[in-house]
Parts: sequence; structure tokens; C-alpha cells
Amino acid sequence: MNMGLAGRRGSALWIAAMIHRLSGLALAIFLPFHFLALSLAIREATFDSFLRWTDQPWVKVSESGLVFLLTVHLLGGLRVLVIENLDWRDGQKQLATIAAAVSAVVAFIFLVRVF
Amino acid sequence: MNVRLYVWQRGTAALMAPLVLIHIAVIFYATRQGLSAADILSRTRGSVVWAAYYGLFVAAVSIHAAIGVRNILSEWSPVHDRSAGRVALAFGLILAAAGLRAIYGLVFA
Repeated sequence: MNMGLAGRRGSALWIAAMIHRLSGLALAIFLPFHFLALSLAIREATFDSFLRWTDQPWVKVSESGLVFLLTVHLLGGLRVLVIENLDWRDGQKQLATIAAAVSAVVAFIFLVRVF
Repeated sequence: MNVRLYVWQRGTAALMAPLVLIHIAVIFYATRQGLSAADILSRTRGSVVWAAYYGLFVAAVSIHAAIGVRNILSEWSPVHDRSAGRVALAFGLILAAAGLRAIYGLVFA
């Protein structure tokens, strides 16, 4: 498996690269459905019914998972851009850990807000 | 991944970084409990700024995701590069069309 800058298989940086890739894949699978749902706005009543459907607890939990995936993919991507474009190699593992932690906090705050 | 795709992948990533940050803020705002279609559409309908912002976002994410899908197919599946490229192109075009339709629904319908 070619994971670019990922480092040794099983290492923290390999896991970070894997999370980045899998979160990207999950977001790519989700996006067409997201756009399809938003296009329901063409008919306001249908869109409103959809929004009421999203009030279900399991949907809100799923949404917080998506917020986590989006945040972790964003921060993982910023990590890649920084290490590829800046002369900086120290603290990558800490940065990857911080990215995961910040993503979890953002997703948790989202979950608290929607309930 | 060749150099041209690498530049597009990283370029769209850099472009989307601030767009995603703003989008996360919008998500937090838009998911207030009880937000109705009328509430959302009263803010989006007729907004050129909103259409331009999300139009740019849809274009960037369609390119970025398509290249990502191509990479995954090339590296994790037995699909040949050329076929992976075709699948990724089709995926990117579908994503762009669906995204633009969503913008039409939210802004112009």
C-alpha cells in the first residue's frame, strides 16, 4: 500500500495517514447524498419534511460523526500541506494527535448543541 | 498520481481549508434545534454571495474528491490507472452536477 508520507506501517503517522484517507473516502461517499438532500429545497415543503426527519436522535449522532470526519480530514490535510510546503519536520505525531483530539471535541460540542 | 493531479489535489485542498472552516461554522449555526426550511431558505434564496461561495466549494470538492477516489482505486483495488481515471471523472462530474443542483434549489428555485 502506497501511503506517501505515512511512515512505517502501524506507526502513529501511518495511522494518521490512514485516518485521513478513510475519512476522505467516507466523506466522498456521503457527499452525493448530502447534495441530493439539499436539492430537496427546490420544493420547500419536501425540504421541511426532510429537516423534520433529521430531528431523529440517530440522525443527529450520525451528523456529529460526519462533523468529526470533516474536521479530522481538514486538520489531517492541513498537516500534509504544512509538512510538504514548509521546512518543518518536528512534532508531527503530536500534531496528528492534536488533530484527532480537536476533531473529537468539535464533534462532541456539535452533539451537545443538537440535543 | 502524476504531477498535474498532485497540484490539483493540493491546490483544491489549500483552497478548501478556509471554506471548510466557514462551512463548519455554518453547520453549527444551521443545526439549531427546530430550524425550518423557511428559516434556511429566507437566508439563501437570491443570495449571490451564498451561491458564489458554495459554487466555488462544490467545484473544488468535486475535483478534490475525484482525485482522491482515483488514488484509492489505483492503490487499493485491481483496477488499472486508466479505468480508475474514468471512474473518478464520472464521480467528479456527478458530484459537481448534484452540488450545483443543490445550490439551484437553495438559492435560485
